[in-house]
Formats: sequence, structure tokens, C-alpha cells
Amino acid sequence: MNVRFLSAGDTAVIVEFGERIDRLVSDRVLRLSTLVRAANLPGVIETVPTFRSLMVHYDPLATDGASLTVAIENLLDSGRGEAQPVKLWRIPACYAASHAPDLAEVAQRTGLSTAEVVGLHSSARFHIYMIGFVPGYPYMGDLPAPLVLPRRADPRVRVPAGSIAIATNMTAIYPLESPGGWHLIGATPIRLFDLRRPRPALLSPGDAVRFEPIAVSEFDSIRAAVAADAYQVPCETIAA
Amino acid sequence: MQTLEVIAPGPYTTVQDLGRVGYQDIGVPASGPLDRISLRLANALVGNPPGTPALEMLLLGPTLKVMAESVRIALVGCNAGIEIRSGDARTVPAGRSLRLAQGEIFRIGALRDSVCAYLAIEGGLDISSVLGSASTYVRGAIGGFHGRRLRAGDVVPLKLASVDVRGECALSRPLDLALDQPIRVVLGPQADYFTDGAVKTFLASDYTVSPQADRMGYRLEGPALAHAKGYDIVSDGIVTGSIQVPGSGLPIVLMVDHQTIGGYPKIATVISADIPVVGRRRSGRQIRFVAVDMPEAELLRKEQEAALSVSVSRIVRAGPSE
Repeated sequence: MNVRFLSAGDTAVIVEFGERIDRLVSDRVLRLSTLVRAANLPGVIETVPTFRSLMVHYDPLATDGASLTVAIENLLDSGRGEAQPVKLWRIPACYAASHAPDLAEVAQRTGLSTAEVVGLHSSARFHIYMIGFVPGYPYMGDLPAPLVLPRRADPRVRVPAGSIAIATNMTAIYPLESPGGWHLIGATPIRLFDLRRPRPALLSPGDAVRFEPIAVSEFDSIRAAVAADAYQVPCETIAA
Repeated sequence: MQTLEVIAPGPYTTVQDLGRVGYQDIGVPASGPLDRISLRLANALVGNPPGTPALEMLLLGPTLKVMAESVRIALVGCNAGIEIRSGDARTVPAGRSLRLAQGEIFRIGALRDSVCAYLAIEGGLDISSVLGSASTYVRGAIGGFHGRRLRAGDVVPLKLASVDVRGECALSRPLDLALDQPIRVVLGPQADYFTDGAVKTFLASDYTVSPQADRMGYRLEGPALAHAKGYDIVSDGIVTGSIQVPGSGLPIVLMVDHQTIGGYPKIATVISADIPVVGRRRSGRQIRFVAVDMPEAELLRKEQEAALSVSVSRIVRAGPSE
């Protein structure tokens, strides 16, 4: 796989592993992110993994782009950073019509029944490629091929927090109320982003996610438990 | 409790320190000041460490009432002054400190030439950190004063209830706002997504800052830039200063509240030394881009830091306390 270093001015370098959305590319991005963080390179402020590249933000008064590039090349050559165990989250998901404004339309456009859409979405294990767009927004893939649709032609001005959405070959959860152009096929009662936590985003790039279908009554009871700080999202550690 | 009471907030007044680091991987932007140089100088004038939380105002300043025994304040980043409206009415120019007493009301009017200016208060605002910073990210309601811009009636808490009477300080010369200086960029990361002609056009044209400019980004008007390989890329990272070019062909300079990742090609990146210069540039003003290489960009930043240290060390006594 070809690695390219791209310029992002004098405060960041980009290490690019490919130009496509690809699990192998993502694994290399995430592995380098872990390596760079562990190496405590002088001047490095933070790393941001994306679908195809790692952005390394640095303080230009503490290092320079050329030195940092050499240091990162050495990390790449060291061959360390083999596959780490992965966190698998089981996220409760309510696909009832009342919580899934676009589910019927998705079914119609994909030629599936709503039960088939739900079955496909809740049986896949998703990989979190990156987090962004708004704080805590996880880009997860890959969506089973029959569910792949372009984004909505008319984005919504307000998508409620907790909405579970699909578009192209990705699925996501809206952590906060925000504008959005994806198809809303369900909702989760859990909090994805909470400033009271030391690390406010529940999910991290590289984690795995499964959606566990729940009824409306369970949605309500979990939401009440979340509000009372009495709910923990089921999570286990698995081999990569 | 000692506070500043907001009589009139101005259109967009927020608490900012030097920004939030370490959370861009979960989509939280750095925020912080559009013009870090002015923030640091304002803090230096009142004797604060450089990153002490202060007020950033855009286009028009606030009217505030002192609800503490006394405060010391300084304004930097604009040509406007501080108008004291109570008692001994007078205007104190930007770039010097002054002490005000309980009940005094002061106003910062239109900033005139600049977009942003900073009001530092000796001891700082008493704003707790969220994710390691007091900076306000309004879109995500994170940090600052309740995660939002100031409103009339707010009372913003201060660290100090009173300040000593002592000589006031001033910058030894007015801050150069560099309102017409060309903006230096390093080409990339996706300059190859544009035609050769587009890169030439980008570097040879006068762009104008559009009215659609905010802390997320400054949209520019001027010649459209032709994409060579489409305008949809697989998302990658963004820095403050990334110049992205969406389908319209018109560049957007991404600023401190930018999204952390994005899917438009970026033709170039503004060097860090020139971010404050872009930050100050108002809609309607021109921007001309000039390409430099990385060693030059790095040298320019180091020279700027050295010059800033000199400015701080040359802060002079401006006479007795007012």
C-alpha cells in the first residue's frame, strides 16, 4: 500500500494510505494513530483518523514538518502496532415506525420490506472509521449492499439526537440535534456525547458496533435509566 | 460575587482562551480566538498569562457595567476605543489598560476596520474549563459562558473582586492590523485536484471576503476555481486555515470553529502566522494569496513569535492610574 505525506500547512501533516473507503486502509490509519500517540513525539498535539488518512496536528514552535515526517516514517517502518483488541458496543435501537421516520421510504426505495431493512441493519457488525461532522458523530460501515442509497435530496434542518441513520454505504447516530441529510431508520435512547464524561464521546474510531432491536417500551425504560445515570451500554472486548 | 453585567451584548461576543486541544478525533474543534495575537497582547496589558479567558467580540463590541469593587481591562485588535459612559465620560484608545470602579459603564462600539477584538480583564473571567478550555464552541454548546454568546442581562463572573491602583500600561506602538497584507499559503493537500489554470487563478486574483463569514469559515468571492477531478473527495482532516473549494468553485478559508473532517478538496492552507490576519479581515475587503514553501512558513511563524515577545517586553507605563 502506497503511503503519501501531504502538506496541510505548518501545523499538520497528513499521512494518506489510500483514496477510497476501505477497511484495510482504515486499519492502517488507526494503527498509525495509536503508534503516534504512544510515541509522544515532540510537538505533536493530537491525531485525527479519517477514512483514508491520519492528520497529525503539531505545534510549529516545537517541531517542524520535515522532522515530524521523518519521525512518522520511522514509526511506519518499525512494523509495530499490530492488531489490537477491539471494543464491541451493543447499541439498543428502536426501529418502530414512530421512531423511524424514513424506514418505510427506505424499504420502498430498496425494494425490501421494513422487516428486511431492520434485519439487515441489526445483523451487521459495523466498524467506526472516524468521528466528526458534529462532536461524537460516528461514521460506521460497511452497510449491507441492499441498503445503500444516496443521501436525501432535501436535508432536514433538525434531526433529533439519537437518530440512527443511513446513507451511501455508511450508518451513523446523531449525537446532538443537528441538521442532517441521511435517512432516519431508527433511534437509540443512549447518550453518545456527554460533557460530564472525561472523554465525552462514548465511541472511538476503531470500535465495533452492533444494533440490538428494542421495542418502544424498552426505548422508554432505557431512556429513563439513562436520564438517571443508571444505564451502561453493553460492551465487550473482542479480538480484531 | 464580582461580575461584569451585560447591558448590550454586541452581535457575537464569546469567551475565548487559546483553544481546546485533544478532542478533534471525536469531532470537537479547537475554537479559541480568531486573532490569537490580539488576545495575547490584551492579556499582557493587564498582567495576565497569555491564555487567560477573555471576551472576543465580532464587528461591534458590548456595553458592560462593572459589578466589582474595581477592574482593570484592556482592548486589543481594532482601532476603536473603550467609551466610558458614566462619571467622567471619556474614550480610552485600544492598546492600553485602564482601571474602572464599581458601577461604571463602558461601551466598545463598531470595531471599524477589523472583524474581531479582545477585552482582557486582570485576573481573567471566572469561567470553568470544559474539556480543558474555557473557549466557547457555540455550535456544539461547549465551553465559555453556558456554551453560547453573551446576551443582555448576563452577569459574567470575574476572578478578582478588586485590583490595585498602579501605573497603567500601553503597547509601545499600535498593533499593525495588516488589513491589506497578502495572505501566505502553502499549496496542498489537494492542489492536484485542480487544473493548473485554477492554481494560477487562485494565486493571481483578488478575492473579496463575503458577508458569509463566521468563526467556522470565511467564504470568498472572486474567480471560480475549476476542479480537475471533481469536488467530492473521500473525507480527510482539516486544519484552521485549510482553503476548501466546494462545487461552486469559490474558496472558503476554514477558521477556528471548523469541522474536524471534510469532503471537499483543499487547494492550499493559510500559514499559521497569517491566521490572525485573515481573522481580522472584514467582509468587503480583498484577499490576495501568495504561495510560500514550508521552511518559509515555519520561519515566518518563528519570527512572528519573536516579534510578539518583543511587543510584550516593550509594553510601557502609560502614566498613572486613571
